[in-house]
Parts: sequence; structure tokens; C-alpha cells
Amino acid sequence: MKTEEVTAEVAAKLIPIYIMGKKYDVPESLTIMKAMEYAGYKYIRGCGCRGGVCGACATVYRKPGDYKIYTGLACQTVVEPEMYLTQLPFYPANRAVYDFAELEGKPEDVFELYPELFRCVACNACTKVCPMDVEVLDYISALKRGDIKAAAEISFDCIQCGLCASRCFAEMPQYHIGQLARRLNGAYLTPRAEHLKTMVANIEAERFKEGLDSLKAMDTDTLKETYQDREMEPATAGEDWAPKDNTYL
Amino acid sequence: MPYPEELKKLIKVVESTRAERVERKKRNEEVPFLSLDERNEMLQYHPDVKEEGRRELQVGPSKGYKIAHEMADLIEAKCRVEPDKINLDKIDYETDVLVIGGGGAGTAAALLAQQQGAKVMVATKLRHGDANTMMAEGGIQAASKGHKDSPYFHYLDVMGGGHFKNIPELVETLVTKAPEAIRWLESLGCNFSKAPDGTLKTIHGGGTSRKRMHYAADITGAEIMRTIRDEARNCPGEIVVLEFSPAVELILNEHGHCGGAVLYNLETEEYLVVKAKSVVMATGGSGRLHIQGFMTTNHYGATADGIIMGYRAGVPISFLHTVQYHPTGVVFPEQAEGILITEKFRGSGANLVNIDGQQFVNEREPRDVEAASIIKECVVKGKGVPTPTGKLGVWLDSPMIDTLSGEGTVQREFPGKHILYKRFGIDISKEPMLIYPTLHYQNGGLDFKNDGTTCVPGLFVAGEVGGGIHGENRLMGNSLLDIMVFGKIAGESAGKYAKDSFKDGKLSLEHASKYNKEVDEAGVDNGRVAPMILPDYTDPRVREKQLTAHYVGTLR
Repeated sequence: MKTEEVTAEVAAKLIPIYIMGKKYDVPESLTIMKAMEYAGYKYIRGCGCRGGVCGACATVYRKPGDYKIYTGLACQTVVEPEMYLTQLPFYPANRAVYDFAELEGKPEDVFELYPELFRCVACNACTKVCPMDVEVLDYISALKRGDIKAAAEISFDCIQCGLCASRCFAEMPQYHIGQLARRLNGAYLTPRAEHLKTMVANIEAERFKEGLDSLKAMDTDTLKETYQDREMEPATAGEDWAPKDNTYL
Repeated sequence: MPYPEELKKLIKVVESTRAERVERKKRNEEVPFLSLDERNEMLQYHPDVKEEGRRELQVGPSKGYKIAHEMADLIEAKCRVEPDKINLDKIDYETDVLVIGGGGAGTAAALLAQQQGAKVMVATKLRHGDANTMMAEGGIQAASKGHKDSPYFHYLDVMGGGHFKNIPELVETLVTKAPEAIRWLESLGCNFSKAPDGTLKTIHGGGTSRKRMHYAADITGAEIMRTIRDEARNCPGEIVVLEFSPAVELILNEHGHCGGAVLYNLETEEYLVVKAKSVVMATGGSGRLHIQGFMTTNHYGATADGIIMGYRAGVPISFLHTVQYHPTGVVFPEQAEGILITEKFRGSGANLVNIDGQQFVNEREPRDVEAASIIKECVVKGKGVPTPTGKLGVWLDSPMIDTLSGEGTVQREFPGKHILYKRFGIDISKEPMLIYPTLHYQNGGLDFKNDGTTCVPGLFVAGEVGGGIHGENRLMGNSLLDIMVFGKIAGESAGKYAKDSFKDGKLSLEHASKYNKEVDEAGVDNGRVAPMILPDYTDPRVREKQLTAHYVGTLR
């Protein structure tokens, strides 16, 4: 029996929820996603990783007698009695097209590609609606100040579900802008790894070819021995740890 | 939901042994690693060795090969649609390179094929980026630090993890192209965790002899996926992505070369013909087959489609007799059941402990050994922790990490998992996690060479759908690496092939008709169809009442 079916069996008490206005009784311990499947829905849209990182299953819901708009990921949010919900698997948002190699990581890169940034009125609806608790307004504000690094860090947990864009008074695609900020930060505002560059050059110069050829030619028993004898870097070793034998470095 | 009282009591036991375990960790006193013989003994508790879990294939190029029933059921199934019904004279799309699958491997392939000047089409089952890549957390391996590491040691580690069965040429390519793959991602703006001077942070993973796991907090795969997807979106017209359009059959041509694929538009239910000069198969894995009833970490779309299509087109399979169970999947709370808890927790110092608060295995054994140890501890030794949902698990003692590395470390280094558990009322920097092995990775797959080619000219393979790189067991951090290295290679090869070697010819589905016939003749036809495309989680009681619904496989 499949895991998901077992889950439905285990849960005992049924509670009413309203899927797009229509009432279904579902086990109280299920996530919205499993509850909709329990109710008989078969997902095509609105379901992705089922693990809270892909942004496919953004869901908006309300509770009776409560003015607030609630949001969550269907795969992560447990059902509540009387909740009424809809999924928002897609929301149109314009993405600027750019030649990334031509950019430099300057604030103007962002301003020119997304001038709508300055339409922001700091209403904070984006932050309130974010199912990942990302401080969306904070990263948008950071970008308006030209602080790409801060925006990259604040937006890091964004899963690009698009709910921010759906609520934006300024009609901007925050999650695309955050993506641009992270790429600019990664490529232009963070020092490149020198050791990586050196290693790539050493590989191109075939520095390790002989060692690898000898491993490839080894019979299994010798290979096993070599494997067992390899020196292990201790778990608590610092960055400058070096092995005793540097023959194959 | 938060831990109920009975579990809170058991957590006290874990807390009572924590101080001593932390001290041992600080002194570098580890539970000794198992010798190769001891590993073999431990692997007797691994699900792969269960004879009753598998059977010999009755059809196709790897007839006689013994693999899991769930996979065999799909391989010994007929085409979703009668090949004769498809009108190959009416071509819906024409492109140079068709990439099947929009995950990490497919997207890397698309970018590299485009660099070769090819027009690229990406056909993907769900959205672009809906893939296991997005879910990979822990990291990506590469020997990037020359003062202590090299491809030589990476090679040794990969072979040891794979039981020395891996295809040497594939491993060699994997480890020698690894640093360049990281550099490519770095240049595209991928935010790897770094020291202020740009030095990449690296940690250990199970089975590594050197700390070479690079990471982007605990969402390494998502960071890689969203970066390369963003880059693909900078090539409109050059890289066209068809979402919700999985491929269901490869198309060959009169020369026996791959010439495209039949797609299925999940929303309009049309079957569409794509003609291409070369095809990259990058459909990923198969966790959603729930082999042996195990829960899975995998994406909704991980249903082995590429294996089925490639196999029918004549590509043999290997290493599919082993399946990777990730040692640490959430077993409680049930809302998160099956979700992966990255190995990085163990790499950062968290112990695995049983119901008595005792360690029973080194935290950095290869995954199969680690998983087998947990199963043995729970099922054989009776030292598992019973969950309120009637399952067993062991503790992953995450609060240790804060004790070892300072308060706030768990929240900073594992923001994704910290927030996930917070929603259930559990603070993993204060309370441990309850885990059990979960179906994670398809070690094997379609046979291919280190330039991405298969025995079918014009058909290339990249990523989890291919077999051989990881032998019988993959190490952590080598799948993100695999999809980047071999995604790029397959894309480049397919782009060049489209330019230089492509030979036009009449399109044909003859191979699919023949395969259907073979299934008939073998007498294994049980009305099954494949590829599966999506798993079926509809409540059986609902399905019983869908009296006029017509199901083809799992799809209505």
C-alpha cells in the first residue's frame, strides 16, 4: 500500500473544508494537498515537490469570522475546520530578459531592467502574503537603496510561488527581481573562489591524469585496498588541514 | 503537530546522553567506521537484498535482468497510445535538439546545446524546474581544494560508495569535470556558501575522505535550479520550454536514429509530434513508484518515464537492481512524512541515536550502510522509537549542532528545515528529529557513455535516468554534480550531433509496435500501460464511484 493511502487510513476524525467553495469532509491531520487528493482531486497543476521547496502549490485561504487572508503551501499546511481555500498554481508576472555576462552588479542593472521597482508604496502586502516568511518588502526596499547584497540575502528562501506578485499594489514581479539580485550577488558582488580556478587549470593541464589512469587500471582488490588506506580528513579539521601524503594532490 | 507527551519523555532520554556525546565529538572520538566486510554484513538488512522484492524482466534489451517489481511492472507494460494511431506525417513542432525533462540535467543540457547554435525545445511534465534537483539540499561534491584534495581521491570515494562496480570512465569524467561545473555555476551567479575571501565552504558527506561538499545553505539544489532556469529564460526563441507536456514515446527514423518524441499535453489531452535532430533524455528518477511500499523524498513526477521510453527504443539498463534509500527521511510528524533531512545535519555533527539515547552507527557511512543500520536498529534489535502513527524511527540529534558550533547555527545553516518544523510546532535547534530511511534515488538507469551517447544514434542521456556513474550506491553530493557535469556534456554532444552528424529520414514508431508485440508474446500483459507520468493518490473509495471515468494507467 502506498504511503499516501496509509496516511488517509490512519487519520480518524473528519473535518469540513471548502475547496473553492465546495464542502468536503477530510481527515483532520492531513495537509491541504493530501486532503484534496483524499477528496478525489488528481493534481496536474498545483503540485510539485511535495516537500515545500518548489513553489507549485501556493494556496490562499480564509477562515469564517476572520477578515484575514491566509496563505500557505498546500503540501506543508495542515487543514483546519471550515477553512475555505483555493490554490494559485500560476500568476502572470513579467520577467526581464538580459544578457547576464553584460551586467556588472550595479544598482542600475536592477533599476533599468525593473523600473517598476519604484512604484512600490511599501504597503507590505507582499511580506504578509509570503508563505515562506520572506521579508519581501525588505528586499525590495534594499534594492531601491541599491543594496543588492542585502536583497540577495533577504530573498534567499524565496521559492518563486508568485503570491507576492499577485498582491502587489505596484504590480511588480518581486520574485523575478529577487532572482536577479541573487545572481548579481553570486557572480559580481562575492569574490570568486581562487582555489577553484587553480584546480580547474590543474585539471586542464592533466596534473591528475596519471593517478587516475592508475586507478582505472587497478584490479578490484588493489582498488579496495587503496580505498581502505586512504587518509581521512578528521570531522573537526580546520580549513588548512593537509594530508600527510601529498602524492596525488 | 508538535511532539506528543510520550515522545517528549523519550526526548529526555536523548538529552540525558547529549552532553557526553558532544564531548566525545569534540575529542574526535567517533563510532569506528565499518570495514568493507562489516559493511557487507550490514547490507544484509538493506531492502535491495530481499529476493521477493524483484523479478527477471521478460522483455526488451535487458531481458533476464532482475529488478524491483514496481519497475518491472512498468517495463513490461504497453505503450500509452497505440503507435499506429499517431500520425507522424503531421509534425506539430520541429527543433534541432529536443530535451525531455526540465530539471537540472535537462536545463544544463538545453543551455549547452543552445551554445552550440542549436534551436532547443524542452518538454517537461510539470513546470520548468519541477524536479528532484529543486529538492536536493545537502550539496555538490568537487575536489576544489588542491592543498588537500584532488580528483584522485574523489574517484576513490565514488568507487568505494558504489561497491567498486561503477563504470570507471563515467566516474573519471564525473570527478575531473566537477570543479569546472562549480565554476560554471559560480559564473552564472549561483550563491554558494563562501568565506569572505571567496573560499568555498566545504564539509564532509557520507563516504567522503576529504571535505569537498559545496553548498548553498540547505537549499543547494534549489539555488542551482533557479539559477540555471533563470539563465535558460534569457534565451527566448532559442530555448523553448513546453510545460505540462511529458514525452510518452521516442520516435526513431528509418535509419534507426532517434528523430524526436511524442508528447502528451496533460491539459488538453492531445498527443503531439516533435521532430528533432537529436534528443536528450533527462527525465530523472523514480521514487514515486514507492518500491517495496517505502515512502519517498522524490518529486511528484518521478515515475521512471525516461527508462521506459529509452528501453523500448533499444537502450539496455544497468544498476537498476539497487535503489537508494536515504537514511534520514522524516517519519513523524506525518504531514512531512518521507521528506528528506539532508545528510549535512550529520556532516555538521548531529548523532543518530536509538530509543535509549545511544549511538549505534558512525554518521558518515555511505548511504546504503547507514540506511541498513537504521533498519536493523529498529526492526531487528528493537531499539526504534515508536511513532504515534504506528511506525518506527530513530533520533537525529540536531540540537547537538548548536551545542558544538554555537547557538543559532541550526537556524542559520538549515533555514529550510528549521521553518518546516517550526510550522509543526517543533524547534529542531532544541528538539531532535525522528527519522527513518526513505526511497531517494535510482542508482541505475539507461546505459550511456561518458560523452552522453547511447547505442541509439541521436539519443543522449543525462542525469538520474542514466546508470553506471554511481555503481550500486551513490554518495551524497554526487547527484547534483552528475546532472551538472553530464547535463552539460549531453547538451554539447546533442548540439554538435544536430549540426554535424544528423541524417534525416522517415519517422517511425515501428520499435514501439514491436515492443507491444513482445509484451503480448511474453504473456506478461496485464493491461498495464507506461510511462506512468503521474502517481495515483486518489482515494480508492472515490475511484470506485467514478463510474464513467476511463483510466489509462494512473491517468483519467
